[in-house]
Amino acid sequence: MFILKLLLKNAFRHKLRTTLTMVGLVVAICAFGLLRTIVDAWYAGVEGSSSTRLVTRSAISLTFPLPLNYGQRIKSVEGVSGISWSNWFGGVYITERNFFPQFAVDPTTYLALYPEFRLSDAERLAFMRDRQGVIVGRKLADKFGWKVGDQIPLRGTIYPGTWTFNLRGIWDGAEAKTDESQLLMHWSYLNETVRKLYPKRADAVGVYIVGINEPQNAALISQRVDELFKNSLAETLTETESAFQLSFVSMSEAILVAINAVSLIIVVIIMAVMANTMTMTARERLAEYATLKALGFAPSFVVKLLFGESLLIALIGGGLGLLLTLPLAAGFASAVGTLFPSFHVSGLTMGLQVVAALVVGLVAAAWPAWKMSRIDIVQGLRHVA
Amino acid sequence: MSNPQEPLIRIRDLSKSYQRGGQDIPVLLDIQLDVQAGDFVALMGPSGSGKSTLLNLIAGIDQPTSGRIEIGGVDIATLSEGQLADWRARNVGFIFQFYNLLPVLTAFENVELPLLLTGLSARQRREHTLAALAMVKLEDRMDHYPNELSGGQQQRVAIARALVSDPTLIVADEPTGDLDRHTGEEVLGLLDELNRKLGKTIVMVTHDPKAAARARRMVHLEKGVLVDEAPDLLTGKT
Repeated sequence: MFILKLLLKNAFRHKLRTTLTMVGLVVAICAFGLLRTIVDAWYAGVEGSSSTRLVTRSAISLTFPLPLNYGQRIKSVEGVSGISWSNWFGGVYITERNFFPQFAVDPTTYLALYPEFRLSDAERLAFMRDRQGVIVGRKLADKFGWKVGDQIPLRGTIYPGTWTFNLRGIWDGAEAKTDESQLLMHWSYLNETVRKLYPKRADAVGVYIVGINEPQNAALISQRVDELFKNSLAETLTETESAFQLSFVSMSEAILVAINAVSLIIVVIIMAVMANTMTMTARERLAEYATLKALGFAPSFVVKLLFGESLLIALIGGGLGLLLTLPLAAGFASAVGTLFPSFHVSGLTMGLQVVAALVVGLVAAAWPAWKMSRIDIVQGLRHVA
Repeated sequence: MSNPQEPLIRIRDLSKSYQRGGQDIPVLLDIQLDVQAGDFVALMGPSGSGKSTLLNLIAGIDQPTSGRIEIGGVDIATLSEGQLADWRARNVGFIFQFYNLLPVLTAFENVELPLLLTGLSARQRREHTLAALAMVKLEDRMDHYPNELSGGQQQRVAIARALVSDPTLIVADEPTGDLDRHTGEEVLGLLDELNRKLGKTIVMVTHDPKAAARARRMVHLEKGVLVDEAPDLLTGKT
């Protein structure tokens, strides 16, 4: 109890210095948390992927479509429980800044494979009935203030012309990591229009989504699917949905490594600042520590005082930084809109923030504590005189 | 702690030297000194004579180069750092020239500090602390911080801290050096009271002959050597 009182009084003896150190910690821990959340958000697509879904695409490149008739053949492969397909639409809503993913899908089969997109029965039915209808995720609808019944004009880039869609439903994600930033339209409507305007591009599919019941057989089923189209004009590459998503993330791997490095450098910098504070503190209190030792307190008591004070400052600063991360992350997510399908501070990130604050506190006190535990009492007492 | 026939402090062949720039600088040379329990000894001498070093050795906060320092029959020169810390906590009360109070603690908390090293309960610690503060007549200032007290009051808090754990020996290094004459007299009167009424053995370093005159016995040091011993002020014995 006494030592706790002494720690608190010591920690706030120089209010300005302690406050500035804490502000530094708040900023560092908050920045660490935000940067880690950005990296997490990059991987959100991977984390949101299901182990019961495979993705089959052209073996050459994702930009090469696959024939529509592959669907039936894939469905006949042993282990496949369902099949659907989608095309990247790539439309622009008002300006290019309003980017969000748009897919043309086969509604019935697609929604059956994505049960995490929670839609009311009425909205689902309305979407099925309206070939010009679309459904969007809650996050996307909130961003643009869309309501069911609104018309959404998109300027096509891959499929030229202005396309006007009717918003028939808004889905909510089953989990926080579920992507709510997409727009889904009828593939048949797109294909019908394409057939009229560009007949050669009709009946083409971007990717097949393959449902499987036994995730442990994913590799075997992928192999079976790809063997089916071996030596054909359009060979396929089948992989798990997470591997498919990861292939996008790996394109920006260098950026992610840089962000991770910066987040760690920030922690190292605050560690140096905090160590400097604790060293100054210890030097100023040299005579006090010498007095305590003269009175009979063991060197370990001085060590406890310094580590305790350092940890107290680090945990208060770190705790405030952690608390500030949550509203800042929400603000950041709102500012960047649908750039990240999911932007949430994870439990792991919060845990790492606490660990970072603890490490900063411990490392910062290590040198002054070692030094002060070894001070010569006579020299220390002379420091006053 | 000791046999009444034996001196409380027995110093034999005590030498202390420091290493400075590869050179051996002697500070104390072959000191022989006995101090009886209940005595009040003033260590005097010019600056650099080694009086503070001798006091530090007696208090167990410095180690001799050679010789023996027996206090209450214990040769403290042979104790390890940890043993010495325990020994100081049980046997020595410190009074410093600049009081050395912890500025973040109140007068009460400063006085209570040495009792944290004892097995006393919080209630017992409070009783002892209040008694010590009463002895230096500072009960009414117990919630004040050092910077809210005058120099004389701070030194009285330091005296209360020195006696709160009922140590065998009180060492005082220039206790009036930072005080005006009047306040210094008050502090010396308090030390005198501790010695006479409570029978505390006090070893005090001072430059001031008037302060030294309050002691029962004066010991002079010059260039690290005990040069003479003034007669016992009360008994006239040397």
